Amino acid sequence: MEAFVTLIQVLDSTIRLATPLLLACLAGLYSERAGIFDIGLEGKMLMSAFFSAAVAAVTGSVWLGLLAGIGASLILSALHGVASITFRGNQLISGVAINFLASGLTVLVAQSWFQQGGRTPSLFGGGRFEPINFPFADALSSVPVIGPIYSELLSGHSILVYVAFLMVPLTWWILYRTRFGLRLRAVGENPAAVDTAGVSVVGLRFAAVAICGVLCGIAGAYLATALQAGFVKEMTAGRGFIALAALIFAKWRPWHAMGACLLFGLLQAIALRFQNIDLGGVIIPVQVMDALPYILTVVILAGFVGKAVPPRAGGEPYVKER
Amino acid sequence: MDKMPKWADVVLIPLISLVLAAILSALVILAIGENPIEAVNLMVTGALGSTYGWGYTLYYATNFMFTGLAVAVAFHARLFNIGGEGQAMLGGLGVAMVCLYIDWPHWSIALLAACVGSALFGAMWAAIPAYLQAKRGSHIVITTIMFNFIAAAFLNYMLVNVMRPQGSQDPATARFPEAVHLPTFQSMFSTAENALFRGAPANISFFVALLACVAVWALIWRTRLGYEIRAYGHSETGAVYAGISPVRITIIAMLISGGLAGMMAINNVMGEAERLVLNSTEGAGFIGIAVALMGRSHPFGVFLAAILFGFLYQGGAELALWTSIPRELIVVIQALVILFTGALDNMVRMPLEKLFLSLRKGAQ
Repeated sequence: MEAFVTLIQVLDSTIRLATPLLLACLAGLYSERAGIFDIGLEGKMLMSAFFSAAVAAVTGSVWLGLLAGIGASLILSALHGVASITFRGNQLISGVAINFLASGLTVLVAQSWFQQGGRTPSLFGGGRFEPINFPFADALSSVPVIGPIYSELLSGHSILVYVAFLMVPLTWWILYRTRFGLRLRAVGENPAAVDTAGVSVVGLRFAAVAICGVLCGIAGAYLATALQAGFVKEMTAGRGFIALAALIFAKWRPWHAMGACLLFGLLQAIALRFQNIDLGGVIIPVQVMDALPYILTVVILAGFVGKAVPPRAGGEPYVKER
Repeated sequence: MDKMPKWADVVLIPLISLVLAAILSALVILAIGENPIEAVNLMVTGALGSTYGWGYTLYYATNFMFTGLAVAVAFHARLFNIGGEGQAMLGGLGVAMVCLYIDWPHWSIALLAACVGSALFGAMWAAIPAYLQAKRGSHIVITTIMFNFIAAAFLNYMLVNVMRPQGSQDPATARFPEAVHLPTFQSMFSTAENALFRGAPANISFFVALLACVAVWALIWRTRLGYEIRAYGHSETGAVYAGISPVRITIIAMLISGGLAGMMAINNVMGEAERLVLNSTEGAGFIGIAVALMGRSHPFGVFLAAILFGFLYQGGAELALWTSIPRELIVVIQALVILFTGALDNMVRMPLEKLFLSLRKGAQ
């Protein structure tokens, strides 16, 4: 019974930790499916985490915080779009610049606003997303097996968690069942064909980058106002890159992205709970858990276990022939 | 026909980008309620106003020369090595092993061995992404990013579980023995009555970095291998047609790049800390990207850009000490430099090209 309780707790924490990964991963999915590589997911999340926490702390309203976070992330997205679509710059270098910009600006602005060593004041009350309890969650919690699954695992998360998981079928539907989705995928594979069909390549790519900004914004806001109560320096801690890894692991597909993010979330949850794991004499150090998402991604990228092929026009600026 | 004279491409564009970055940084300083002119004054006196300041500036510049050269060599083969950070971490491990596990009679021999050790470890860390790019077509940017994180976890493991001295709580190696301590600028240039560079970490590896600049210049522009690297970077199909093997060039260029990044450790680990600590690289691997972009991948440009960033780092530390501007201002400046010299290059270039074309038309 105790093992079961532990299992539920680890899975519960998996869902919490997988949420920001999933949002950022889907953000990257839209952008990369449209042919714009984005290694600036981390920076956008960080920027949003700060501005959502800062605005939530000042106004006391987490919803205004969420809006501010999305706005901040969108500004960085616009920068990425201008650099890589309008000026046909190197998308990877632009992503690197955005990560540094976020990492520096957040601390700079935090210090000048709050003078607390690069953090925001702790959020409480309306400044945070509160857990949502499903109906009858308390009443059912004593029922064996199903009770804890319903009341612990499924119920009691913040609204953004449910948003993130609902985004998966929505993204699938948009990508594979709408005209916009078809064009979005086409522009990442063969922009010239899309252009010939009379559809704006630039417009589609900017739309994709904007969606990416919104989702990264939600991911960052979740980190600072739901998972934790306030912003601290570098709080994204590489999550943007794990999301990128998950995206490759999922081979740029929405349902698989959810699977990959849950897997990487599980690894984080295990590392958080157990530190070093003793498997009958063989001790797995906690650092292996930390490195495992990256190692798995390299293995997948190497194509030893099913090759990951990125969208064909990814990373290439589109030059209209004249 | 070139649209612009060469000097405009090499000097004018980086300069304009730098001015744009400086203007934006000044606006940022204004926005947080400080005076940009005072800030620049403080930075200049703090970083260049004394031999102590210069000692720090040149110490940072040494780090950035190694990582900048690393990125630059890869750029010549049109490879984006974003993994300088991880390679430099592994270089630190190489230096620590050389210094701790072997008894050296004199620092000079130890320095040579440490150069080899750090370069080998750095190159080894670049070898796997290089192989995967060359043979399996995995994108080198993604694999090198992943390898940065793997390196951090690996180093953490080595320091906590293997190399930490018994009884110590600190995740770091033991101090290196006295015999491998490198001469600092203070001991090299001070006279009995006049102490220079007092307490500053700049050390003899600065000259190793200068040598590395010259060596990279000779390699890229004066050897057959360098020609092949440039040819491959310019046009892969052209290089293949000329009988140059893409696999060979990719792997060799990345090994050199990783080796250079790893060699940074002789400065920060052997020269300054004299033991290996967690996060000893302090982001220098990433600054190499800005330095290489700013220096237009030319060793002399890298040298100048490294000095500039050394100045920014030391100046930024002084700012953090005397004003309420945190050190992170430097990260913002660094981001702006990367943005303008790298990603928004065309924004500066396109109007300039138009200007030069119209000037030329007017002259005819």
